[in-house]
Amino acid sequence: MKSYQATRTAPAPDSAVVRGPGEVEVRLRVNGEVRRMFVEPRVSLLDALRDRLDLHGTKKGCNQGACGACTVWVDRRRVLACLTLAISCENREVTTIEGLSEGDTLHPMQQAFLDADAFQCGYCTPGQIMSAVALLDEGHAGDDDEIREWMSGNLCRCAAYPHIRSAIRRVRDEQEAGRAAR
Amino acid sequence: MRPVSYSRVADVGTAIGTVTADPESAFLAGGTTQIDLLRIYVEQPARLVDINDLPLNGIEELPDGGLRLGGLARMSDVAAHPAVRERYPVVSEALLLGASPQLRNMATVAGNLMQRVRCSYFRDTEAPCNKRAPGTGCGALDGVNRGHAVLGTSDRCIATHPSDLAVALVALDAVVRTEGPAGPRSIPIDDFFLLPDRTPEREHPLTHGELVTSIDLPALPVAARSRYVKIRDRESYEFALVAVAAAMSVVAGRIAEIRLALGGVATKPWRARAAEQVLDGAPATADSYRRAAEVELEPAVSHGMNEFKIELARRTIVRALTELAEREAAA
Repeated sequence: MKSYQATRTAPAPDSAVVRGPGEVEVRLRVNGEVRRMFVEPRVSLLDALRDRLDLHGTKKGCNQGACGACTVWVDRRRVLACLTLAISCENREVTTIEGLSEGDTLHPMQQAFLDADAFQCGYCTPGQIMSAVALLDEGHAGDDDEIREWMSGNLCRCAAYPHIRSAIRRVRDEQEAGRAAR
Repeated sequence: MRPVSYSRVADVGTAIGTVTADPESAFLAGGTTQIDLLRIYVEQPARLVDINDLPLNGIEELPDGGLRLGGLARMSDVAAHPAVRERYPVVSEALLLGASPQLRNMATVAGNLMQRVRCSYFRDTEAPCNKRAPGTGCGALDGVNRGHAVLGTSDRCIATHPSDLAVALVALDAVVRTEGPAGPRSIPIDDFFLLPDRTPEREHPLTHGELVTSIDLPALPVAARSRYVKIRDRESYEFALVAVAAAMSVVAGRIAEIRLALGGVATKPWRARAAEQVLDGAPATADSYRRAAEVELEPAVSHGMNEFKIELARRTIVRALTELAEREAAA
């Protein structure tokens, strides 16, 4: 009979701090700034961003992880804010579309979406752009097939896909030219 | 979503102890299935125990030449790992053909094994479902069942197991390691998934509070010659209609070693042992592949709309093995 002491990971008594189910104070670092709010633990990162922090750039599409409109970065990785609890992002770095530009200067991907006419209604666009920037960082924009596959988590019901790929190609090629020049 | 309380834990012992002590609690890892199911009232824990800070996200070499995937390793990190890509390409391919890049950044490999079925009757709390509410019946049996299983079904449940990763793991005889209130356990992957039979609500042999700490891939040279073929309604970001995980070596025109598993067609990740028996030592030809596929699908049961999956599964087996043999001949 194995005793609990014998295993390195013996079950400890229920000593974990319980927060909620009512509103609790949550501090999130969003776009480099610490933001304080009171939310129930069940509140998604998406709802916290939009309803508590007035960051309306991140969009609510399906709210069930199927459309990608709510794509943000947590610790620099693209994730879905609708399937993430706000409270679980404490001590992590959240970045939204509002955090991409430098003041009034748009991020190159934002500018490329404008220049390439890469949207029609615009609802999916913030998610597309957050995904597109991450895609380049991940190194998955080699050719159109690769871009298509690695952008498949972001649906566009206006079907602006060819122009979205065009915008991504432009930024990719600019980045590569910039690296070659250095 | 019903209100829920939240705890974050930093070590495995506290995680297990906390969930074990509270029958209404559940582990929270990537959350990609769980938050979705909480929101539609299919799962209703009163407390979530966030385990994302546990030191279980590593990928390590095992002394016997195998590879240990930490339970909290993210799908994207496992898929991109050089050792996985080189020695177990079927695992990397299965991961990359599942979900979307965002979801793969969130979801863990242990959570992938624990994900729930996508049956629309399971997800609809107004519908009968023996898995969600035992004894209420199965809406899929005479309902919209185009995506449902043809192997391993019972008169209680025909929901398809949705994981791609698990199909690859079943082909490779991976081992699931857990820690729980009764100590550590190692569970062969094929035993980790239960057939629905008379208790479809029971999907795994785990006790409440038992945590998947790692998935061990065995040292298996043939796994370097493996692939994952997935057939679906759209080319990306979609569940399988049929999937085949295969590893094969051919010596002098005959099949020396074969591992075969099916996804999208069964109530659990389906090791195709009957087909393996036919293939073992047989000539590496389309005729052998077809015969093996027919033997494997012999017990398949159609429920109407999913009839097409039976022939689709046979053809996908033939295609996967044909392409594997061609690849090996070219190498």
